[in-house]
Amino acid sequence: MSGSKSVRKARVARHISALPPSGIRKFFDLVSTMDEVISLGIGEPDFTTPWTIRESGIYSIERGHTSYTSNLGMLPLRREICRYLARDYHLDYHPENECIVTVGVSEALDIAIRAITEPGDEIIYTSPSFVSYPAEITMAHGVPVPVATNCKNGFAPDAAAIEKAITPKTKAVLVNFPSNPTGATLSGKALKELADVVIRHDLLLISDEIYSELTYDETHVSIATLPGMRERTIFLHGFSKAFAMTGWRIGYACAPSDLVDAMKKIHQYAIMSAPTVAQEAALEALRHGDEARETMRASYQERRDIFVGGLNQIGLDCVMPHGAFYAFPSIKRSGLSSEKFAEKLLEKEHVAVIPGSAFGPGGEGFVRCSYATGLDELEEALRRIGRFVGSLARK
Amino acid sequence: MDKLLKILSENAPIDLEKVAKATKSTVKEVTKKLKDFEKSGLYHGCTAILDDSAYDKEQVRALIEVRITPRREGGFDQVARRIAKFPEVSDLALVSGSYDLLLTVRGSSLREVANFVAAKLATIDGVLSTSTSFQLKKYKESGHMMEDDEEYERLKVCP
Repeated sequence: MSGSKSVRKARVARHISALPPSGIRKFFDLVSTMDEVISLGIGEPDFTTPWTIRESGIYSIERGHTSYTSNLGMLPLRREICRYLARDYHLDYHPENECIVTVGVSEALDIAIRAITEPGDEIIYTSPSFVSYPAEITMAHGVPVPVATNCKNGFAPDAAAIEKAITPKTKAVLVNFPSNPTGATLSGKALKELADVVIRHDLLLISDEIYSELTYDETHVSIATLPGMRERTIFLHGFSKAFAMTGWRIGYACAPSDLVDAMKKIHQYAIMSAPTVAQEAALEALRHGDEARETMRASYQERRDIFVGGLNQIGLDCVMPHGAFYAFPSIKRSGLSSEKFAEKLLEKEHVAVIPGSAFGPGGEGFVRCSYATGLDELEEALRRIGRFVGSLARK
Repeated sequence: MDKLLKILSENAPIDLEKVAKATKSTVKEVTKKLKDFEKSGLYHGCTAILDDSAYDKEQVRALIEVRITPRREGGFDQVARRIAKFPEVSDLALVSGSYDLLLTVRGSSLREVANFVAAKLATIDGVLSTSTSFQLKKYKESGHMMEDDEEYERLKVCP
């Protein structure tokens, strides 16, 4: 839209109009027009929030808890978050000044990046990545620098490649493990090497660990627990994935107090405080949600095993994802681009997957399939994908 | 009663292949494990969760509280076992509180259940009193809601 003729100045800021539209949007529009689609394109749990958590939200409203909370979030919730992180992550944060409750982990990411980025600062992130990362960095007037991960080492970050991308302008490294879209986790040698690079170059690290409860073959280790990392890490987390609370929009960030103070400034001017009802529900999730969380995790694991096994049988090579609820199979053998593959699969077999190219460099040649959907649907999706791949091979 | 429903209500078949897949074992292993569970008294078969009122509006279920006198030799067991033998009784348990046994009785009409209570149950030696509550509506059984919440559609595609 060019807008009214009487307005001659550019209406939209250049750095915003230059942002590319999300590659996912196009598929959303396409899928919306079709019937009988099995969607493996949904990046959220297929569970409803456990009842005890929902009930706490209702009770909060019943009691009339409808006003703001402190900017950082209710202190009882921050205390519970820090207790949870100490128990399950061996992380030690002070609820009074090292923890801030946000509107989803998305807001935590936004204010973390804005708090540390000066115009022109470079932020390195591993790619393929969650679609918001480069956009968030750009919106903060930073420069996003993707470093592709490789399926050969299970999409783990390559510390040497990251080190190569570092310049005097590099401010931070942003990682997300377990990863959306690859399902890769970060542990052992790769974890240590990444920490070494970050420390050696005196960088900050933003670690988005939103899927960290959803690991299947190993215990999640937060990079902030490595020696020398706590002081330079902004740890991001939330309730959306582990407790199936996406619509509540509730997340948090933990970091040394100077960084939390800076984030709090942005948060208090832009947001004020996260929704009170969601904060009280989140408190219940941490106090009484362990069992429901574990049930959901086990269910994802069962579906992962069946679905990834099925993909490999069909002939779509897929490394075993150790976390999150995504499989990221290679479609290179089909000879199609990931976008063409996804388009044709949707058109011919009514199965929606997301082309890997939508997740940035390193994503081409793959598609993201979310297995957070019913087992029967997954099995039917496998049959349809198998038929589709077979028809390509015959051509 | 519909033949399929009858089979389901008596002993519903298990999809062994699905169970084997989910437990990462073979059909043979699952069958053996089930047999072991059966032998140890852990597993007593598998019945479907049915809402009988959905196919027969006249079907009734009643919850009956029964007070009994324990027998010198067999305690509560003797009377309870005798009551449990009636096919009308679908569930029976010994409970603490102001009565002793809690029964679920099924019948094809109110009259049938009333007759069972008056003619069979109340006349058993050792039964002191009964109190019958007819079930009006079932909301949940064995962990399953009888009516699903209204369907809430997720976004078909999201990041």
